[in-house]
Amino acid sequence: MSEELDAGLIAEQIAESGELGTPGVGREVGQARRRKEDARLLTGQTKWTDNIQLPGLLHLAIVRSPIAHARITRVDVSAARQRPGVLAAFSGADLAAELGTLPCAWPVTPDMVHPDHPPLATDEVRYVGDAVAVVVARDRYAAADALEAVEVDYEPLPVVTDMTEALRDEVLVHADKGTNKTFLWPFDGGDYDAARAKADVVVSRRYIQQRLIPGAMEPRAVVVEPIAAAGEYTIYSATQIPHILRIMLALTTGIAEQKIRVIAPDVGGGFGSKLNVYAEEVIALVVAKRLGRPVKWTESRSEGFQATIHGRDQIQDIEIAATRDGTILGVSVDLKADMGAYLQLVTPGVPILGAFMFNSIYKMEGYRFRCTGVFTNKTPTDAYRGAGRPEATYAIERIVTELAVELGMDPIELRRKNWIRHEEFPFTTISGLTYDSGNYEAATGKALGLFGYDELRAEQARRRESGDPVQLGIGISTFTEMCGLAPSRVLGSLSYGAGGWEAASIRMLPTGKVEVVTGTSPHGQGHETAWSQIAADALGVPFDDVTVIHGDTQSSPMGMDTYGSRSLVVGGVAVHLAARKVIDKARAIAAHLLEAAESDIDFTDGVFSVKGSPEARSTIQEIALATFAAHNLPDGMEPSLNSDAVLDPENFSFPHGTHLCAVEVDTETGGVAIRKYVAVDDVGKVINPLIVEGQVHGGIAQGIGQALYEEAVYDPDGNLITGTMVDYLIPSAADLPEFTTDRTETPATSNPLGVKGVGEAGTIASTPAVVSAVVDAVRQFGVDDVQMPCSPERVWRAVHGVGGAAGADRARQGTIAYGGQQTATTAGGAE
Amino acid sequence: MARIDVTVDGVRYTDEVEPRLLLVHYLRDQLGKVGTPIGCDTSNCGACTVHLDGASVKSCTMLAVQADGGTVTTIEGLAEDGRMHPVQQAFHEQHGLQCGYCTPGMVMAAVDLLAANPDPTDAEIREGLEGNLCRCTGYQNIVRAVRAAADAGAELSTPEAAR
Repeated sequence: MSEELDAGLIAEQIAESGELGTPGVGREVGQARRRKEDARLLTGQTKWTDNIQLPGLLHLAIVRSPIAHARITRVDVSAARQRPGVLAAFSGADLAAELGTLPCAWPVTPDMVHPDHPPLATDEVRYVGDAVAVVVARDRYAAADALEAVEVDYEPLPVVTDMTEALRDEVLVHADKGTNKTFLWPFDGGDYDAARAKADVVVSRRYIQQRLIPGAMEPRAVVVEPIAAAGEYTIYSATQIPHILRIMLALTTGIAEQKIRVIAPDVGGGFGSKLNVYAEEVIALVVAKRLGRPVKWTESRSEGFQATIHGRDQIQDIEIAATRDGTILGVSVDLKADMGAYLQLVTPGVPILGAFMFNSIYKMEGYRFRCTGVFTNKTPTDAYRGAGRPEATYAIERIVTELAVELGMDPIELRRKNWIRHEEFPFTTISGLTYDSGNYEAATGKALGLFGYDELRAEQARRRESGDPVQLGIGISTFTEMCGLAPSRVLGSLSYGAGGWEAASIRMLPTGKVEVVTGTSPHGQGHETAWSQIAADALGVPFDDVTVIHGDTQSSPMGMDTYGSRSLVVGGVAVHLAARKVIDKARAIAAHLLEAAESDIDFTDGVFSVKGSPEARSTIQEIALATFAAHNLPDGMEPSLNSDAVLDPENFSFPHGTHLCAVEVDTETGGVAIRKYVAVDDVGKVINPLIVEGQVHGGIAQGIGQALYEEAVYDPDGNLITGTMVDYLIPSAADLPEFTTDRTETPATSNPLGVKGVGEAGTIASTPAVVSAVVDAVRQFGVDDVQMPCSPERVWRAVHGVGGAAGADRARQGTIAYGGQQTATTAGGAE
Repeated sequence: MARIDVTVDGVRYTDEVEPRLLLVHYLRDQLGKVGTPIGCDTSNCGACTVHLDGASVKSCTMLAVQADGGTVTTIEGLAEDGRMHPVQQAFHEQHGLQCGYCTPGMVMAAVDLLAANPDPTDAEIREGLEGNLCRCTGYQNIVRAVRAAADAGAELSTPEAAR
């Protein structure tokens, strides 16, 4: 074994394996380039936040509330301060004046109930995991030891964990607010009542979106490096949003924005969980400022399960109205969304994003949406992969299938009858969005062919007839999503606190090499590779001549970061636009040097040439050097080819696709096995098919996790009883099948690259496909719903009528509780 | 404090450590071998997988003192003669990583899996990597990568011969 890696050799290995087909100069987009990121990630040279060591670095650990709701009557950190290796310990009261209140950037209604959210609790704790005190020590072991010496006295208060109960306002999470209802957000498209009055068939269901834990593999971490004398601070954080974090830290702590530099080093996954401004980031900054020493905090996984946001947790009452021939007339949705104990950065906005997606790909006359945000004594929820759109897609795709059953139609046929036809694009939906492009017929046709739909239906019929103990079920999801967040004006109209633009810069170096500076902040998506492909094509330079710079507010000063499948559609397109500006200016310089009119200059594959005189040519690299030397530029021209672009798109993008799932359900054990999974996604033009396929795989896996495995369960006292990875089932390789993925390509018309985004597609599509398949497999037993996750116990109970079909009925009547709260609710509520 | 004598990625170290010090913290905090990350606190995720005397172990699940007298290989020591190990190369070729946080442990587990079973079926690969969680890839390309590395089996068993 050699201690030293040869960077040159590894780079060569990486570069060699990147050569696929005949990419060549100017032909990068669309190639399955192997990723530039891989070299450091595969060899252990990655810079995770927790890897950072600084001279004098101190370790910070946090005392968290073990009680879901209590008054703090005493915090005594004096014994902790006496522990060996401990430099400081603080209660919430000690730091309150500097910590401020954590921001929520999305006040969805003007009268939204918005309680203060102190990073360290002072008077009251409101969920298990709420931060109460902090200790700072020489190393992580000393800090962990000192936690035990902090004394906190709690006076327990009543706890409410169930939304239905919380809405009765008998137990209040924030007593001073007088209610647990934070907002009611109504939205109407067309006239739902009129549409419903014409209906022959109305199907109503209650679906439960269980609470999920995002579980990015890298735990959160933050390091703050102060220059105390200058009042300057560098914050390294495992975050998706270095730019937003910088602004918010300035606003929260009062430290001037220009004195704060935020760096997101390599970040190990996010899925929305690192799209936030967290208590620990503010606490670490304030403690580093106080002590004048660098500090680090790294969450343990179990700590993160309590202290990092959760996802989903909604009760969806949905109704669909149709005529007997299968024409959908309208959809009505009454949503209750669990905020948890506080509003984090975009907590209230998550269910609102779903408001525009319940109508999905279907035409209809009326749509009604009501969303109520509810406080409970649980960890705050916020964006989790898809954020509002998986929930909407789940409900509409499940209930369209139920409508097909009610009408005796094939569920594919019902969809085909109601979806927006290819020739109808652009199409403005009942919720007011204009879908620029789509081809549901093509994606569905391709998926059905790959799936073998008719053969599987025939096998299903045979198994039902023979009473096979293993039954087959088929689930369908023909989904779309709004991506590319987003047009700033639209976000403004929804009361979001910021815009949705994205910035890019191209720096042409004297040697002809290129630096691409992006405002996106990747954490697994491969932007370094894909942005290189975009820039290489636009500039006509080799892929390997491009380096992408990101994630540091000093080197990439403008950005709106990475979430909501926005990075390619906004940030990647901005790279393309900035590169075009470089070429525009380089063309003028080439014309000057070649003594030709600018209009006579062609640009192909990195070469400027004079029309009709191909020997008169100059490469982009030569122009870069000539610009640097500046000996002979047109009069008055600035000697720089560097260009910036800031793109604020006019519309969202609308990826779509058809996912089909076949499951085998063992009716004797309740076990579910996925037999076949086919995904045909239409994400528009593809920059790198390898990356797109990988995003789809991972997305499907997370959606299957919700369908079959994952649930954050609280007991009636508000304890998270799935508080470790032992209890919360993140699927392993052995729990997941092989997926068949393919694509159709209907370019977006809203951007010059024709791209739509892919980060969330798989997660949005897969959950309803899997659950509909499970229900389809056991429908002959009178089952029309199985509560997620469809565990063997729940499936078995459904099949055998033990709280099964009855369970579905109870769900519709609104009396079912989910997860560990069942006991509490049926007993009349938590104490 | 206890004295340990351990060889890590080809370098011999003699250190005084707290008896309670986890091997992964010894590697990361004391030796600066931060290529091995920590993903959980319950031995579920496998991100911290290294080899001890040739077999994969979760380095968060054992104490540094238990490695006394042993030889540890981390992801940082897997490459030979400056070139990536065939399993690392296969993960790159097959896009078997996204954020890369699980990757060091996943690669080390895969190397151990192939040492025990040079020609595994896809099902055996999935079972064999059950103790290593990945949240990004859905495992499909990880399975492909291990399969591809197995198919290049000759290179795997004698990496020198491939060069």
